[in-house]
Amino acid sequence: MAEQEEFTDINGNPIQFSCQDFSPFCREFTVSSSKLSLLRVLMFTCTVWLLAYTGFYLTQNTAVLSAAIMVTLLGMLLHIHFVKVDHETLLIVGSLGVQLSSAYASGRESTTFIEMSRIKDIVINEAIHMQRIIYYLCILLKDHTEPDGVSSVVPLFQSSKPRLNCLVQVYRSCQEIIGQTP
Amino acid sequence: MVLKIFFPRCCNMADSGLLVGRWIPGQDSAVVLAVIHYPFIPGQVKKYLSELHSQTQVDLTILGSWSFSKDSQKDMDEFLKDLSTIFSHSRWLQLSREPGKKGFACEVVHKNGHAAGDEEHEIIFVHYDQRKVMLSQLHPVQENGADVKSSELRAVFHTVSQSEPLFLFDKYDDGPLKLTHWQSDGREASILVELIKQASVPVCMLLTLLVGYRTEQFQTVFSTSKATTHMEFMRKANIFVSFFVDTALGLLLISWLYRENRISYLANTLVPAADHVAKELQNLLEWLMGAPAGLKMNRALDEVLGKFFLYHIHLWISYIRLMSPFIEMILWYVGLSACLGLTFALSVLSDIVALLTFHIYCFYVYGARLYCLKIYGLSSLWRLFRGKKWNVLRQRVDSCSYDLDQLFLGTLLFTILLFLLPTTALYYLVFTLLRLVVVTFQGLIHLSVDFINSFPLFALGLRICRPYRLAEGVKFCVLHEEPGAPLHLLMECYRTETSSCSSRDSWLTLVKKLFVGELIYPWRQKSTKTD
Repeated sequence: MAEQEEFTDINGNPIQFSCQDFSPFCREFTVSSSKLSLLRVLMFTCTVWLLAYTGFYLTQNTAVLSAAIMVTLLGMLLHIHFVKVDHETLLIVGSLGVQLSSAYASGRESTTFIEMSRIKDIVINEAIHMQRIIYYLCILLKDHTEPDGVSSVVPLFQSSKPRLNCLVQVYRSCQEIIGQTP
Repeated sequence: MVLKIFFPRCCNMADSGLLVGRWIPGQDSAVVLAVIHYPFIPGQVKKYLSELHSQTQVDLTILGSWSFSKDSQKDMDEFLKDLSTIFSHSRWLQLSREPGKKGFACEVVHKNGHAAGDEEHEIIFVHYDQRKVMLSQLHPVQENGADVKSSELRAVFHTVSQSEPLFLFDKYDDGPLKLTHWQSDGREASILVELIKQASVPVCMLLTLLVGYRTEQFQTVFSTSKATTHMEFMRKANIFVSFFVDTALGLLLISWLYRENRISYLANTLVPAADHVAKELQNLLEWLMGAPAGLKMNRALDEVLGKFFLYHIHLWISYIRLMSPFIEMILWYVGLSACLGLTFALSVLSDIVALLTFHIYCFYVYGARLYCLKIYGLSSLWRLFRGKKWNVLRQRVDSCSYDLDQLFLGTLLFTILLFLLPTTALYYLVFTLLRLVVVTFQGLIHLSVDFINSFPLFALGLRICRPYRLAEGVKFCVLHEEPGAPLHLLMECYRTETSSCSSRDSWLTLVKKLFVGELIYPWRQKSTKTD
């Protein structure tokens, strides 16, 4: 079932959130952030080319211009391959584990799977970021040496950073599934 | 409760039969390893399983039945019920698949006979690729046994990889049993591999006797014991492959060098180059002996130092003149050593550079020693001003009362040293810069040698050809879902690269050493001196 509600990330940019129910104990949440805006790409390209043209004007060296073209191309490639995250997915399967995957704009996917036996809980955390307070979902991992301790925290939806109303929905369904398994 | 069944993808289309596998202890999950087809004799199946158990130490059992057929289910059901009474079990799985459908149907029968419906058991099918799971090294069990119990996936991986003998059973063999499971192709090639493995042990012993004492690397490669862990195997293979590539590159270099009389050309350019460097140094020294960059130096000391260094250069030039007729021959013989590997040739090159710039090294040592002496003298005399002295026994600064004439002499010496410091410092600075150039060049050569030696070529090749061997984790994706039917997941292995870098001498210590005037070398010192 796709949610029709409007969601935004912490900066106010619109994001799409969808939740897919495969079975009572298996759900998939996808948060897609907005596409790469053409304006910003144009701005970046224009700035680099203007700088390059100034350099060319001063030095009369054509290597500057070709270097600028290379820089823009490489920069864009690197940006869509390593920085720009297209959508993030959280697949939770009862009694098996949680899988976090983020797909980059170039199609590269990075995945982490956390087994249920390592998960202590999933919580919504509050953090101070610059001059405001933001909320984020995170998975608490069990500490094997201490029964009640938390060894580390894995934040979810790190790059799309949805707001609290979206997080609450994910949190509720995750708790439902985790609560089913002893 | 959720029941997880790990099902191999190669058995998707298998004919009906019995499921061989293992219940993961402590977890609510089962691993299916193979399907035994009809017809079979139950006694033989049990015997085969016990044989496997003694071989693999994995307690394989009959999990249940598998049916994949078009004909009527009625009589089949009765037959399956009968089967469940033959094999001992606590739970009996009845998997069935109809030809047109994608999903499986599953029924769980408990020992007391009644069928447990879906209200008690939710079922997840996790489809896995048997070959990839077996070969990916995601089951480091050797370290601690407690980890196996806690982690379910690890137990699954361990089970699949341990039951390798089961997969050696050929499906085309005429035997009492017919099995479906993953099977490696190219049996014939594996005979060759086995023969090479057998032959490698005496060869390794011989090589250990010949060259094994040389380095640790060779000891690792030529040790006769089989690599047990994945890590050890990868290390061995990496060293072996890089050794091989190294030798190949060395032979290429030889074939390039000894063609078209390149050696004599090299020798003819080398001697004038060394001569030229000496001439430039002479010019530099003459410049230093005047008023370099408008600085006013202590004239007497400047002259003494300059003449000393000039004499040294004179010696050096005569040494090169003496050497020049032999250089071509030396290069010819040294070039032959490249057949031991490119790294060897590079190391020889580094040594040649060190020999040809010996005068720079000497100048640097003299300059550094003088400068160091002055710095230490100044620091101890500075302590004298403050009425303190260095206590050698206790390794600390103690207070001390000096006599008047001691203070007078100390002040006099301090003044002299202080005024002579700029001259020495200038010589030290110039020669240190020259030395740093040489050290950087040598460092680059050492870096490339390290790079060739430690480049993980084997791992790279493995990553390109068989990426699942270097799997980092697992990834699930939902295959298809139908309401009411069990969920199907697909488990895949994925890999990422790992990088490790060793930390060298930090830049801070280098700068500190340069400032105090300690000697620096391109390689790492075995024991670093500490005051």
